[in-house]
Amino acid sequence: MASAASRGARVRSAAFGYANLVPFIFFALFPFYFMLVTSFKSNAELYNLKSIPFWVQTGVITDHYRYLFARTDFLTWMKNSLVISVTATAVSLVIAILAGYSLARLRFPGVASFGTAVFVTYLVPPTLLFLPLSQVVVWLGISDTIWALIVTYPTFLVPFSTWLLMGYFRTVPREIEECALVDGASRMQTLVRIVLPMAVPGIVCAALFGFTLTWNEFIYALTFVSQTANKTAVVGVTADLIRGDIYYWGSLMAGAVLASVPIVICYVFFLDYYVSGLTAGAVKG
Amino acid sequence: MAVGSRALESAGFRRPGRLARVREWWEQEHVFGYGLILPALVLLVCLVAYPFGMAIYFSLSDYWVGSPGSFVGLANYREILDNEVFRQAVQNSFVFTAIALTLKTVLGVWLALLLARGLRFKRLLRGAVLLPWVIPTALSTLGWWWMFDSLYSVVNWTALRLGLIDPPGPNWLGMPGYAMAAVIIVNVWRGLPFFAITVLAGLVSIPREYYEAAEVDGAGSWGRFLHVTLPLLKPVLAVVILFSTIFTFSDFNIVYILTRGGPVNSTHLFATLAYQIGLNGGNLGQGAAISLFLFPMLAAVVFVQLRYIRKE
Repeated sequence: MASAASRGARVRSAAFGYANLVPFIFFALFPFYFMLVTSFKSNAELYNLKSIPFWVQTGVITDHYRYLFARTDFLTWMKNSLVISVTATAVSLVIAILAGYSLARLRFPGVASFGTAVFVTYLVPPTLLFLPLSQVVVWLGISDTIWALIVTYPTFLVPFSTWLLMGYFRTVPREIEECALVDGASRMQTLVRIVLPMAVPGIVCAALFGFTLTWNEFIYALTFVSQTANKTAVVGVTADLIRGDIYYWGSLMAGAVLASVPIVICYVFFLDYYVSGLTAGAVKG
Repeated sequence: MAVGSRALESAGFRRPGRLARVREWWEQEHVFGYGLILPALVLLVCLVAYPFGMAIYFSLSDYWVGSPGSFVGLANYREILDNEVFRQAVQNSFVFTAIALTLKTVLGVWLALLLARGLRFKRLLRGAVLLPWVIPTALSTLGWWWMFDSLYSVVNWTALRLGLIDPPGPNWLGMPGYAMAAVIIVNVWRGLPFFAITVLAGLVSIPREYYEAAEVDGAGSWGRFLHVTLPLLKPVLAVVILFSTIFTFSDFNIVYILTRGGPVNSTHLFATLAYQIGLNGGNLGQGAAISLFLFPMLAAVVFVQLRYIRKE
């Protein structure tokens, strides 16, 4: 009797859990579903107030996608985004690995204040500095090129990655490092051959976040680059696909969907890294 | 490589000796330590600290795009504080941040509690919940823009069919109150995953014994939440709320894409107004002054973080 009652309670509790999650999942996913559906509808259906908006009724079409490739610089924007994200992330990662290891492991005067400084710059929002940085890139002569973004993205990537990596470096046992040093390895050899292999999860995590943050970045990319051929995917889609007439929604949604694909791919393969990086960034802080 | 430096020296080699001295110098803990942070330090000084100083200088001068201006003292600040649009933006920022943060906190804790139950498809559910946070905000906001379209809004279409509103339904992005509601909804949509997933990590770390003890003491599920979960979540919750305060307060993407600050400036935040005046208007001095108003809030959050949170 008792076990039957408790099984009933468990079933009810699980049903309660799922039932309450449904609105959240719907809220989270519906906009993406709707963007996808919109991108496959014909204009006649999109702008017919009588048709049901939730699915494609008059046949799936790929015209909006074909328009992107044939009539816009979409592929150039994707290529720009890829070059910018990979370069900025790689450079930032090297700088952050060096700084993160130093701040997490070595003892020297001022190490605590440097750690605090990194943490504070990590909290500075890009919207605070975009105006002076727009002048800095002009003075550097890289305004309106993809270099403007490759140079400025490390300003938020390095503090973030350093902070994230410090947490990972602290988990590497100190004894292993000391053994290597006693055996005659130089400090740099110890870092590269002993510590780095043990911090690989942290480095993968920092690389993924770096790629995602730079790919998604908006205000710098909008501000520092204005010629179409040098735009990133996110800014190209938001700024250049809106045409004079109102019938641009299909291609706009197609662009938004396609420009999100690289992030979705990373996300599907590395979901657990995203979860751990997200919580490490805030919880360990 | 096994030849020692002494052996080389006795054989008449002098240069390896100098090299060895440099190596010895470099192997000192403090030298190596400073050496490794040097690249990061140079970057942060040149591209964060220096621009920050420039922002302050801009805000004290009548600097326009293309014409370095002269020092004008606090004139920009005086002008801004007299400006009706700016005062509206200050009010908007506080309303936007307060409502969005409250919703994210309450819904985030609720969602985390739901996800913490031993449900099936745990990974899939987490993946779905986190998605809005990962996809480029500017792009997903385009989707919301379409969902709030004045004529073809799917929100209105559904509400009309369900009989919740009268035709034609609200023009979401064209009416001040609705526009603010819209930008808050999108901000909550995009920020909720951060709250839920971080709080979930905090929940998982609470030992089961505490709940069992509370249950023995006769606490119901609400009592357990109030007396066990909430006090133990406080540190995590404090960090998440402080982080989110900064990033909600300084939001740009959502407002810029949905409303550009309109209608009649009713959704302008500091960042969007700074963009409009500093870049579209070319008045870098005033734009910089506006964005610097983000700084006191940032400083307060940093202070609380360093003073109370990192100590724990």
